[in-house]
Amino acid sequence: MVGGVLPPTETSNPTWTVEFADVRTYVARRLLQAIPTLLGVTIFSFALTRLAPGDPVQLMTFDPKMTVKSREILRHQLCLDRTTVEQYFIWLLGSQECNTRGLIRGDFGDSLYDKRPALDMILERVPATLELTGTALLIGILIGLGIGIYSAAKHGTLFDSLSRIFAVIGQAIPTFWLGLIMILVFAVILRWLPVGGRYTLSIEGTKNFFDHLKHLMMPAFVLALFWIAILSRYMRTEMLEVIRQDYMRAARAKGVPKRKVYFRHGARNALIPFITILGPAIAGLLSGAVIVERIFSWPGMGRLAIDAVFQRDFPLVMATVMIGAVLVIGGNLLSDILYGAVDPRIRLN
Amino acid sequence: MAEQVKTFRREDEGEPIDSLDRYLEGTQAATVEPLSFGTIALRRLLRDRLTIIALGVIGLLVVVSVLANVISQEFLGVDPNSTDLQITFQPPSKEHLLGTDQLGRDQLSRLLVGGRTSLAIGFFGAIIALTVGVSVGLLAGFFGGRVDDLVMWFINTLQSIPQIFLLLIIFALFAPTPTWLVIILGFLGWVGTTRLVRGEVFSVRERDYVTASRALGASRATLMGRHILPNVLPIVIVVTAIDIGTLILIESALSFIGLGVQPPTATWGNMLAKAQQYFHLGPHLIIFPGLLITITVLCLFIIGDGLRDALDPRLK
Repeated sequence: MVGGVLPPTETSNPTWTVEFADVRTYVARRLLQAIPTLLGVTIFSFALTRLAPGDPVQLMTFDPKMTVKSREILRHQLCLDRTTVEQYFIWLLGSQECNTRGLIRGDFGDSLYDKRPALDMILERVPATLELTGTALLIGILIGLGIGIYSAAKHGTLFDSLSRIFAVIGQAIPTFWLGLIMILVFAVILRWLPVGGRYTLSIEGTKNFFDHLKHLMMPAFVLALFWIAILSRYMRTEMLEVIRQDYMRAARAKGVPKRKVYFRHGARNALIPFITILGPAIAGLLSGAVIVERIFSWPGMGRLAIDAVFQRDFPLVMATVMIGAVLVIGGNLLSDILYGAVDPRIRLN
Repeated sequence: MAEQVKTFRREDEGEPIDSLDRYLEGTQAATVEPLSFGTIALRRLLRDRLTIIALGVIGLLVVVSVLANVISQEFLGVDPNSTDLQITFQPPSKEHLLGTDQLGRDQLSRLLVGGRTSLAIGFFGAIIALTVGVSVGLLAGFFGGRVDDLVMWFINTLQSIPQIFLLLIIFALFAPTPTWLVIILGFLGWVGTTRLVRGEVFSVRERDYVTASRALGASRATLMGRHILPNVLPIVIVVTAIDIGTLILIESALSFIGLGVQPPTATWGNMLAKAQQYFHLGPHLIIFPGLLITITVLCLFIIGDGLRDALDPRLK
């Protein structure tokens, strides 16, 4: 990535070098700033799971034949007999005795039920969630920006009013209700699309692309609707702002066709602030995915999180929260950097 | 707060002024009545038809859900909790305007009762979020420095965790009662308000009139309460309207996962959550609660937008 950013003649172009150095220090500083936040997240998630009523050892060992003594041994093996503060540092920094390398070395601990590393379990689910959220974001961007640009261009017309109404409704509809209604219409009544899941299970275990697409369509759209609404509204406001600028009139006066002016000169500039939404969008999409995955039985991170919480699988819960937080912080950082990179007028500080 | 907008206009523009008395006479006659900020905002609001309709709908919903029991007994002639297993899953009819549910209860009266809880959660949660958010934001913005660093660290941390994960953990592990549910939702919702208030305070506290007031020896409490808070309030009111809607949405999402208010207390969210099991038997049980949530939240968002237009004198 570094090679791509650097221009071929680095020394002959002094301004570029300066800017690049700026970006580098900026990224470094932002990464340093992320450390206290991440530490905060570890404290939060640890404290919440430890304060919760319910003893994980009791929950793990429903077996009535198990003696108090063997429960105590298990408790000792899991290091659950230490003080809470000690447990926190063991979880964070690792300990030979407790057989954990600690969070800072990438050891999130083992799931209490599956007895497998929590990180592995999450990583298995990441592709499904990425597929869902990525598609939803893509739909949201394409349709949302499209509607936004068009309604700004047709400011004050019926289409404009309808799109504004749609934008508010899109934000007000409960995601799961929309999901249920769509299942009712497209899966139960019309029978066009499957009710849920990621693939149709077959004996041969073959995966069909179109079958996959059919499964993806409804959940992705349900998740996307909110973002279509938000982005169309946002883009409309930005576009209306840009349309008033002198360079737009200048381009029109030069004889550039209207459509070209809107896309070349208008949309391009209106898109710049839109980048700042992308960071927070990751948090929103991950939250939305939890609900959507539940409605459509989509085998992603969200469903794993719900199951983990209900089973009180504390290591897995904490790992999910940590991964979620890393994704959110990374997304925010990326959108801030892109913001500065796309628009040279914005100084990073 | 009264912003005096006086326009001096003389009736006889062309005539030369021969005495100061005469000049003043002319100006006083034509002085425009000074309008307070509140009056201007109210006038703007009354001109916004969509917002008025939304306010009307919300007002109506509040009234009918507060009077839910009376309405069910007097007008509908049904008890929201009486079950009758012979009339389960009936589609809308004359006796039961919105049909019956899986236990043969009248859906309309259940929706009215449920609305009371749903709306209460939204309103009270938003009030808590508002109180905490404004106080913390005011303090952080006013004192800056260490206090601000600490508050911002807390907010950044809280916002880095995808909200639903936080809600899942708290609600699944602690299984709160409805009262606690409102308190927790309120305490999770203050973050956005604080951020906003803090930013406003930062820009307001450097204004000349605040400096002047400080020079005159005003106490910190006076500065914050009299000079800074009123500037921040309009934006806070807007956010609160939107917060109420968001909280209703969150409660229904939690109910859907099975973590919201637990039956037999009805909310729109848990009615909908229950209905998904009886999908094919009674589509009307899915359609109406969801429609009510959508309409309520929609109106609250429209009110928020309308208030923003009315209260922000910098707009247009």
